[in-house]
Amino acid sequence: MSKKLNELYVIEAKKLLEKKEISSVDIVNACINEIKNRNESLNAYLEVFDDCLDSAKAADTSRDMGNDGALLGIPLAIKDNILIKGKKVSAASRILEGYRATYDATAIKRLKDGGAIFLGRTNMDEFAMGGSTENSGFGVTKNPFDESRVPGGSSGGSASALASNMTLAALGTDTGGSVRQPASFCGIVGLKPTYGAISRYGIIAMGSSLDQIGPMTKTVGDAELIYKIISGRDELDSTTIEIKESKTKNNKIGVPWHFLNEGIDKDVLENFKLSLKKLESLGYEVKEVELPMIKYSLPVYYIIMGAESSTNLSRYDGVRYGKRMEGNDLMEDYTNTRALFGDEVKRRILLGTYVLSAGYYDAYYEKAILVREEIKKDFAKVFEEVDFIATPTAPTPAFKIGEKINDPVTMYLADIFTTPANITGLPALSLPSGFSKVDDKKLPLGIQFTGPTLSEFALFELGKKFLGEENV
Amino acid sequence: MISKDDIKKLSSLSRITISEKEEEKLAKDMEGILSYVGQLSEVEISDRGVSKEKSELKNIMREDVISNNYNIVANDILKESPKLKGDYIVVKKIL
Repeated sequence: MSKKLNELYVIEAKKLLEKKEISSVDIVNACINEIKNRNESLNAYLEVFDDCLDSAKAADTSRDMGNDGALLGIPLAIKDNILIKGKKVSAASRILEGYRATYDATAIKRLKDGGAIFLGRTNMDEFAMGGSTENSGFGVTKNPFDESRVPGGSSGGSASALASNMTLAALGTDTGGSVRQPASFCGIVGLKPTYGAISRYGIIAMGSSLDQIGPMTKTVGDAELIYKIISGRDELDSTTIEIKESKTKNNKIGVPWHFLNEGIDKDVLENFKLSLKKLESLGYEVKEVELPMIKYSLPVYYIIMGAESSTNLSRYDGVRYGKRMEGNDLMEDYTNTRALFGDEVKRRILLGTYVLSAGYYDAYYEKAILVREEIKKDFAKVFEEVDFIATPTAPTPAFKIGEKINDPVTMYLADIFTTPANITGLPALSLPSGFSKVDDKKLPLGIQFTGPTLSEFALFELGKKFLGEENV
Repeated sequence: MISKDDIKKLSSLSRITISEKEEEKLAKDMEGILSYVGQLSEVEISDRGVSKEKSELKNIMREDVISNNYNIVANDILKESPKLKGDYIVVKKIL
């Protein structure tokens, strides 16, 4: 076998485990070795769980006793905002330092039921606010392709850990592109499912009408396997929906060229055009579509996300969990404790407070809600003409650490192509589409496909064809 | 224009202590962000209806019964509080 065990795809590992050619302990050991080699410089994991080898042994014993599970013995990395009972979880924030989860997120429970092993928790932008993982309270994560560059964000730790073979797959969360953009920067597959497809119970909330958990994997087949296990209705999240196999036709791809004019890196555009040629050679019809309102997705996103996160984050008061910074009275306890938030979190809470405050509510928040509906109508109309919409996942390859951190609006523009899927609730899949050569380093690029509500399985089929995966 | 006074007001509304030094930077950042998101003012909404795409969301109802073992769950949750006295969370008095 040419591949090292920590380099296996989930589906490959699953087959070898089922044939008992390898053990879960072997795979977990291989991952731990790679973590020892690379995590100190990459800072992808905030913590490696000390019981992951024990869990692997238990999985092997369970298999010997004749048990099976869709992910029995497969190690995964989990973003630090998804709760695993008894484990520390901090959303990479100093305000939650030391906090231990008192229950399992539904996605975690379903993975546990499937026999998965959790290697550790991965770094992220604090409270998932950012596109570079530079906003972590626990240091920046680096891109394995070029350590002077960011891995993207906010699920940058998960992306970096997977791209450097320190895990077989990972979970991230995506509020405005936080699974797809780091997937693009690190050359892996990332899915933002239909809103409601995966339960949000047990993820640390940011923008509740936007947040979704998503799998981050090396192949589309792996993403599909994990999606099947963790998706579906959950009585603990009233926004979850029944998963139905979509009957979407699968041959017409629309491209909103009018949205791809400005601010796109030359290599990204060139690579995108090559990807479209490839799709045509695979038998897809590629045509231009108009989405006149799509350009407002990013401002709508920043208003709604700010509003929702400022309310969601009001729970961090130093009373019930995390840290408390004492002051002279109860009010000072609150305000001093909340001063532990990092710069970006403060910015977004203040922005959200502003757009919700009397006098500005109508001009910002209400307007954003109305425009959000207009954007949804645009997409619904285009999906009468085409089956998928394609854009690059991000306008540039991974940027340098420190390059954008002092200019919030420039940083936000990295989400320009990913926020529409969160605004509309539609599923979107980012696939690796090639490389850009910068300073003698190969930097991954990504293409994103958006489909109608619950078109995940059609997206997987398209993705497998695009990447040339077998078993289509 | 976002002034330092606006930032003071927002920091008080959002219960976050913000230092003098931060105020200036935040005022500048907020100014930039608001001018960017302010482009929404150019959108005219003629039809205020909701989108045609039908929502898949349905209410999930359940019986209003306690499904957890209260003692175990309450203890686990209490343990996460920064300051406890017996089964009570300690905060400064407000009267």
